[in-house]
Amino acid sequence: MITSFPKLLSATVITLKLLSVSLIIGMFLGLFFAILRMNKNIFVNQFAYGYSYVFRGTPLLVQIFIIYFGLGQIEYLRSTFMWVILKEPYWCAIIAFALNTGAYTSEILRSAFQTIKPGMIEAGKSLGISNRIIFYKIQIPIAIRQSLPAYGNEIILMMKGTSLASTVTLMDLTGVAKYIISTTFKPIEVFIVAGGIYLFMTFLIHNLIKYLEKKYSFQ
Amino acid sequence: MELLAFGKTGWGDELFYATLMTIAVSVTAMLIGFLFALIFTPLKLSKFKSLNLIGNFYTTVIRGVPELLVIYLFFFGGSGVIMYVASIFGYFEYIEINAFITGSMAIGIISGAYSTEVFRGAIQSIDKGQFEAAKVLGVSKFAQFYKIILPQMLRLAIPNLSNVWQITLKDTSLISVTGLVEIMRQSYIAAGSTRDPLFFYSFAAVLYLLLTYLSMKLINRLEAKYSRGY
Repeated sequence: MITSFPKLLSATVITLKLLSVSLIIGMFLGLFFAILRMNKNIFVNQFAYGYSYVFRGTPLLVQIFIIYFGLGQIEYLRSTFMWVILKEPYWCAIIAFALNTGAYTSEILRSAFQTIKPGMIEAGKSLGISNRIIFYKIQIPIAIRQSLPAYGNEIILMMKGTSLASTVTLMDLTGVAKYIISTTFKPIEVFIVAGGIYLFMTFLIHNLIKYLEKKYSFQ
Repeated sequence: MELLAFGKTGWGDELFYATLMTIAVSVTAMLIGFLFALIFTPLKLSKFKSLNLIGNFYTTVIRGVPELLVIYLFFFGGSGVIMYVASIFGYFEYIEINAFITGSMAIGIISGAYSTEVFRGAIQSIDKGQFEAAKVLGVSKFAQFYKIILPQMLRLAIPNLSNVWQITLKDTSLISVTGLVEIMRQSYIAAGSTRDPLFFYSFAAVLYLLLTYLSMKLINRLEAKYSRGY
């Protein structure tokens, strides 16, 4: 139990790397698709809807497998620069995670945009602020504050999702835990240690979001 | 298209049975989850601090730990625990548990944690007056729960339970690591033997989309039924 702790702790670094990189990319994807969802052009917003529907309706495992095993099969991709990225399990996992969390984030942001009272936008207009500035300086900050609690849940879900990286040969926390279990046959002890590390991260994220919510509350 | 043919030449019938297996595991896991919710929701709502603690421990741990880790625990640890219990009763042979049972137990415990939270939220949002009115009218505790609380609770819980169902359905894909032949495992086998992973994994994605779409349709109907009069 004690001997496995350092190994698991060093694997945690990979988990955190996967999580942070995919969250950052996913946030931009989410914002981009949330804006597309509000577009009046039916093709544009149906495209954004389709993106979030497909990625939210299928398991993350399928998405990783399609990107890691599936895309490598296309001969054309192998000859382009994309192959440099797609042959690495690390980047495949990040692409899958980012696309997945992007879909959820876009839904969270979309519903946040919808809760903004029209009065606030009208107030901006009547003060002669341009539409562009209204969007960047009024709508986006309010939407981000509104979506904080839901986004906190999404971060925790994504942290748990990174465990799937172990299925494409990455040695993250779950991957190392599984390796130790299968060599020492001590599943319960390893589960307690690895689970404890995950719980600790959940606890940290939960409190960080709580703190941010308090800091940016309207009162 | 010949890859999906039924019979010996294609993978159509295999994938069809795999889909049925996914549905079977999801439904079993969801029911096991309800059982767990039935035990842990009263604990979470109990007046006693120590019972609260047990309930909170269950939902916090399960919701804070990756599903895959829980599945590994059950897969590698399950038979060990059963054999230990059996050894107390004087049975020392090797016992292997069926992958279906381990898988549905693991997913069921995960789904149970989410269901517990949903039921707790639903019960707490029922007006206190309803409980008091039942008490004043001398309705027995049993009738109070089945005739007054449960119908109101279901209406409030169904939209969130449909989310739990979606999570459970998608989580079953993780059982493929234990070798149970459901959609994901079958696609893995098919992809390996035909060297066409892109096609089979995309087809698996389509199957999952179809399942989530159909179940949403069904749940919407249920929701309409329980919100009559509102």
